[in-house]
Amino acid sequence: MTAAWRFGGLAVGCAALLTAQPLNRLTAQDTTAGKIVYQKWCAGCHGDNGAGDGQGARHMIPPPRDFTGAVYQIRSTPSGQLPTDADLLRSIDEGLSGTAMPGWKSRLSDRQRRDVLAYIKTFSTFFTDTTQRPQPIAFGSAPGGGGSGAEALRVGRQFYDSIGCRKCHGDQGRGDGPSAPTLKDDAQHPIFAANLHEDWRFNGGGSVEDIYYRLRTGLDGTPMPSFSDLLDQKFLTDEQLWRVAQYVRSLSPKEAPVVRDVIHAPLTKRLPHAPDDSAWTSVDLYWFPLVGQIVRKERWFAPAVSGVWVKAVHTADSIALRVVWDDRSASPDTAWLGHVRRVWATFESDDSTREQPAAWPDQLVVQFPVSIPSGMERPYFLMGNPGAPVYQWRWSSAARTAAVAGLARGIDRFDPLSGAGPGAQAVYDHGQWRLVFTRALASADTASQLPFRTGRAIPVAFFASDGSNGEHGTRMAISTWYFLALDEPVPARVFISPVLAMMLTLGLGMLVVWRAQQKTSYRRQQ
Amino acid sequence: MNGRIFSVVGGMFLLTVCSKGSQSNVQAAPPSTQPTVSSDPAPAGAAGGTITGKVKFTGVAPKNPAIDMSEEAACKAKYPNPPTEENVVAGPANALANVFVYVKSGVPAGQTFPAPATPVVLDQNGCRYHPHVFGIMVGQGLEIQNSDPLLHNIKAIAKANRPFNVSQPSAGMKTTRTFAAPEVMVNLECNVHGWMHAYAGVRPDPFFAVSQQDGSFTITGLPPGTYTIEAWHEKFGTQTATVTIAGTETKPANFTFAAH
Repeated sequence: MTAAWRFGGLAVGCAALLTAQPLNRLTAQDTTAGKIVYQKWCAGCHGDNGAGDGQGARHMIPPPRDFTGAVYQIRSTPSGQLPTDADLLRSIDEGLSGTAMPGWKSRLSDRQRRDVLAYIKTFSTFFTDTTQRPQPIAFGSAPGGGGSGAEALRVGRQFYDSIGCRKCHGDQGRGDGPSAPTLKDDAQHPIFAANLHEDWRFNGGGSVEDIYYRLRTGLDGTPMPSFSDLLDQKFLTDEQLWRVAQYVRSLSPKEAPVVRDVIHAPLTKRLPHAPDDSAWTSVDLYWFPLVGQIVRKERWFAPAVSGVWVKAVHTADSIALRVVWDDRSASPDTAWLGHVRRVWATFESDDSTREQPAAWPDQLVVQFPVSIPSGMERPYFLMGNPGAPVYQWRWSSAARTAAVAGLARGIDRFDPLSGAGPGAQAVYDHGQWRLVFTRALASADTASQLPFRTGRAIPVAFFASDGSNGEHGTRMAISTWYFLALDEPVPARVFISPVLAMMLTLGLGMLVVWRAQQKTSYRRQQ
Repeated sequence: MNGRIFSVVGGMFLLTVCSKGSQSNVQAAPPSTQPTVSSDPAPAGAAGGTITGKVKFTGVAPKNPAIDMSEEAACKAKYPNPPTEENVVAGPANALANVFVYVKSGVPAGQTFPAPATPVVLDQNGCRYHPHVFGIMVGQGLEIQNSDPLLHNIKAIAKANRPFNVSQPSAGMKTTRTFAAPEVMVNLECNVHGWMHAYAGVRPDPFFAVSQQDGSFTITGLPPGTYTIEAWHEKFGTQTATVTIAGTETKPANFTFAAH
């Protein structure tokens, strides 16, 4: 509804402009007006001179686009060609998912976006070179035959392997291929191969068509090449390339995940300790986004872990919490040291004594309050504070099958509780950690170790660090508070009471009817 | 005019000897896969002057890093000994190969030179580029071919030219590209194999050469004039010299880089 109103407002605005000014003023791209828009909204990241060196630039990976080279990732044109105006407008309108670039469609008017587009082009002489004429590729459309069918996906997977996608994107598509640790963009900045299981974070969009277009055009300035030559030289048919796109799309969920605040942990007879126990398959799955820790120094704007997938169950006396997250490396892994160095070189630290790059382990922290709060108040989400600590389980890939329980009293203070660690089992599998924590519901020390109770909303938060991305200490990905609810066993009276009530009502009703009939027949007899 | 046109693109990649004699830090290209780009410089009998010389370096050349090809068995199998990168390719007596030597200035403005019809061939073989350093004229074809049965991507990183990034997942693939503007150097790299680098000197005229295994180079067909000659090396940077050509004479120009 609001979108419709906004659109309506825009239409009215355009109509007003149309009537107020000559037509050519509306369609002409006004670089003077564009400059004003640019300096207000764009220069902070892209820089006054368009060189991608604004104030925010040193806190972003990938860094903002440098317009002076006129090299653009998201195009409809062959690799090496300039983008069309429509291509540039698409990036302005929609933004680039998975990056700091937001969409501007709802923030700037149609006129403003066109003006700023014209101004951005003035940063490179390539746009005034008349020999440079961008020619969009005639993409065609996806072949029929059911792109998500098993046979289509089998063909897609076959060519995913044969054209070498796995070299960077990995065997299972999580961006963990053998070449992944060495990747850098044209400016030597570190760059990740896309995790193909997160299509909502694809820079150019996550539809089958978007993926196919990127395969055809490549992402200029990045290691992702164009595969168009394969079609031209008949090494691959157009249909086969579409199948690759369909296969890649099939790796992500049908819909981008949405946050549901409360993790419901059903009651089970047996506690699944192993991450790949088949009992987990029937348990509801929850997703929580993680973002960089930018509250306390050293702030971290480039987290590698974008979210966690969580399941939980409990028995009469214990709880199991399963946390799954995608991570391109089983850290510590020295193959990624070069990547960490590139991150350091790209990314400005706000800490005067930055650590030297090292092969750090991966870490995952699950956080609860020390006791279940009775009201709405919860401890500080970012690892509590000295006066109000939080209860945490800390797992590290350095000791895969052990976790430490303890009290955090702020981001830089953690006091382990002796002999009270939860059980932990973890597997690393093709770019993904799967980890299960287990613990008794009751706790011996209720003052510091949360006793779990059924039927209560227990605050829970998550923290993840990818050691191979330079994440260590305060450099990590964090969530806010969510809730965990251990479902109570459903008592038998829940099922029996309604039946009893129904029978009683029916019985009473029948009694009333019987009595009424008795009276009627009595009167007739009279 | 025709006489001035020559090709100086050298195929100089059968390089085996280190200047120090004892320890070879330079890797032989696979013997069975000679690059097809070899073309001797045009006969020096053509009209015009010649600049010839040698490129050397002082100090100890840095050791070329070994390449870990364990992910690519098909490439690894092409080498009897573990291959190394080609950052500094040295010949006997501290001769320095793979130096791009070209006339930086002095060619009269407005004089144009047609690009040769034959393309420069860049071969991806054994997960390395052949040649590693080459010159090419504006508008001349660069034929990029894959002799390896695996994925290479060819990314050109350029400023004056449009960059590109194309993939060749199969042996036998060929892609031809051209460069529209002079640029020293355009970097070519493969992102699948981070050690693969090649460098193209794009020039508007044919007055360039790449130093050979013995450090020698020859630029021919120069009209009379005073020229600034620049020598470019990927690790050691650039050096310049000024040479005046009066007729059909041959003038020397030697360059000495400091290994640091």
